[in-house]
Amino acid sequence: MAATVEAATVETATMAATNDAGPLSGEEISLLQGWYRTMLLARAVDELMWIVGAQGKAHFILTSRGHEAAQVASAAALRAGHDYIFTYYRSMAAALQVGVAPEDVFRSVLAKRDDPFAGGRQLPNHFSVRRLRLPAGSSSVATHLPHAAGAGYAARVLGEDTVSVAYFGDGATAKGDFHEALTFAGIWKLPVVFFCENNGLAISVPVELESPAPIHLKGAGYGMPGVRVDGCDPLAVYRAMQEAVTRARRGDGPSLIEAEVVRLVAHSNADDQTVYRTPDELAAAQARDPLPRLRRRLLGAGVAEAALATWESEVRARAEAALSTAEASPDPDAADARKYLYAEA
Amino acid sequence: MPQLTLVEAVNLALKEEMTRDPRVVVLGQDVGRKGGVFGVTRGLRREFGELRVLDAPIAEIGIAGVAIGAALAGLRPVAEFQFADYIHPAFDQIANEAATISYRSNGVWQCPVVFRAPCGAGVHGGLYHSQSVEAYYGHVPGLTVIVPSGPAEAKGLLKRAIRDPNPVVFFEHKGSYRREREEVPEGETLLPIGQARIDRQGDDVSAITYGIGVHWARQAAAALEADGVSVEILDLRTVHPFDREAVARSVQKTNRALIVHEANKTLGVGAEIAAFLAEELFDSLDAPVGRVAARDCHVPYAEAQERAIIPNAAQVVEAIRRTMAY
Repeated sequence: MAATVEAATVETATMAATNDAGPLSGEEISLLQGWYRTMLLARAVDELMWIVGAQGKAHFILTSRGHEAAQVASAAALRAGHDYIFTYYRSMAAALQVGVAPEDVFRSVLAKRDDPFAGGRQLPNHFSVRRLRLPAGSSSVATHLPHAAGAGYAARVLGEDTVSVAYFGDGATAKGDFHEALTFAGIWKLPVVFFCENNGLAISVPVELESPAPIHLKGAGYGMPGVRVDGCDPLAVYRAMQEAVTRARRGDGPSLIEAEVVRLVAHSNADDQTVYRTPDELAAAQARDPLPRLRRRLLGAGVAEAALATWESEVRARAEAALSTAEASPDPDAADARKYLYAEA
Repeated sequence: MPQLTLVEAVNLALKEEMTRDPRVVVLGQDVGRKGGVFGVTRGLRREFGELRVLDAPIAEIGIAGVAIGAALAGLRPVAEFQFADYIHPAFDQIANEAATISYRSNGVWQCPVVFRAPCGAGVHGGLYHSQSVEAYYGHVPGLTVIVPSGPAEAKGLLKRAIRDPNPVVFFEHKGSYRREREEVPEGETLLPIGQARIDRQGDDVSAITYGIGVHWARQAAAALEADGVSVEILDLRTVHPFDREAVARSVQKTNRALIVHEANKTLGVGAEIAAFLAEELFDSLDAPVGRVAARDCHVPYAEAQERAIIPNAAQVVEAIRRTMAY
């Protein structure tokens, strides 16, 4: 297949948010119910992580709070275990959606021996599961974007209909890795979805000091569609992601999605966001929290309050049980500190 | 057996491995249509197609990063950087990403990429076509760094590197590309990673070296025969992790050691080997460990200046004489 880039017809669109008050089909209600439970689980796990961090049982906490709708709905559009998923340190809700167990998330938070991602070597929320085609990520920003392009290249060489997705934040779009990954994927029309979760902040630096133009517009420069969606509206995210995944799978090349999300808490437990975010800004972020919004929507669609309350208590119990299981796991052996530096042939 | 140059030997290694395993791919700038600026990949695109011999944009982060992602998804990529001087933007991908994947995934994910680049001076390439950068990568656990000394070595080591589950950084000295022909076995002759090789047996002094240093050491050893000095040449082949046992065996026999490399002296591979000898073989040494290396400078374009910076066989002779006279 020729690497020739035709005069690319590139759409740049800001997708309209779906109307929260509009009618939902039975299928949509069913999807939203499932996603709501995963989002609740991600939120419950996230909250417990911060508690064990405050208790001194974990050293470092990273959050996905406020990103749950964008992550869960986008991951739901993938074929888990078939498509390659390159995550970043906020991707906990996406990881849960594709099948990562909360027990394993907590084993990683607590740096336990049986942490299957890294055996306690790597910081929390750095997922790695071979059966889910979820390769281990580093802590560097944007370095996994070329890897997603590489997995797309591999799919082409191997003749597989695999799609790869890279999840990353708005800060990552300033890096050279972003540019080189999108350049490569655009030239070779690789089956990749670049999914940017724009929460408006790279730790403290606002997005206007990271990107001179709206992020979704950058797609045009790489010959790929760039779309912006309300990342707190799971159906809007799902539709945008489905379109991008379908496009990639049929061989039409990569897409860039910018999902506008909110960061509800600090960057990490080592960060004090009140230094750089005003109470008004924090309140505005809180008002966009995707969980209460989806709850209202489900109620409006006729889901019973009692059913929602039951899920909420079940999910909390599930997260607490997962934490207890992880806490009972043994700590790693110091003698294994140099294990796995080199792979065995 | 065909008589091949180092360029032809690397080309044959790539061709054989790509024929054997459809997962082996080559990517880099100019590797396809042009066949590489030194001709290393000549003919491969015609045989294996433009996807498996991919002309990459001149973007080293992308070349390295795409190779890493492709390896994670099942390929065996060989990423070419046009000159070692231009591999630096990819350092983050190689050192922070490729080198750590096995470790930070509990051994679950592997990163079988070979990062290849021509290195070395002596061709009047100036600051940006002359560098020897192996020591940078030698500081990184998880990486394997190989610098072959000749055609047969290059072919056997590259074939093994392509099949290795770990990321390998592979530097070929461009001054050795067409300097000599030698018999290179076709087919399944693989050379081991992490094992040094005695290039020449000797009794009086060990010249511990790799890459083009082996060439200088051979010239020096031949010149010193007239003086009755018997030089053993140890070709490290893999400079990281280097073969401590082989170094120890040779020095325990000769009791004198000289380390030779083209890269800058300070904090170079030679510094590590000298430290190893001081720590582990102090009692075996009859003379201080010597080093012949570049004079801690960028490589200038002007011929006289370049010669003033880069080591040569005469310096090896001189250094061995000093060691023997101690």
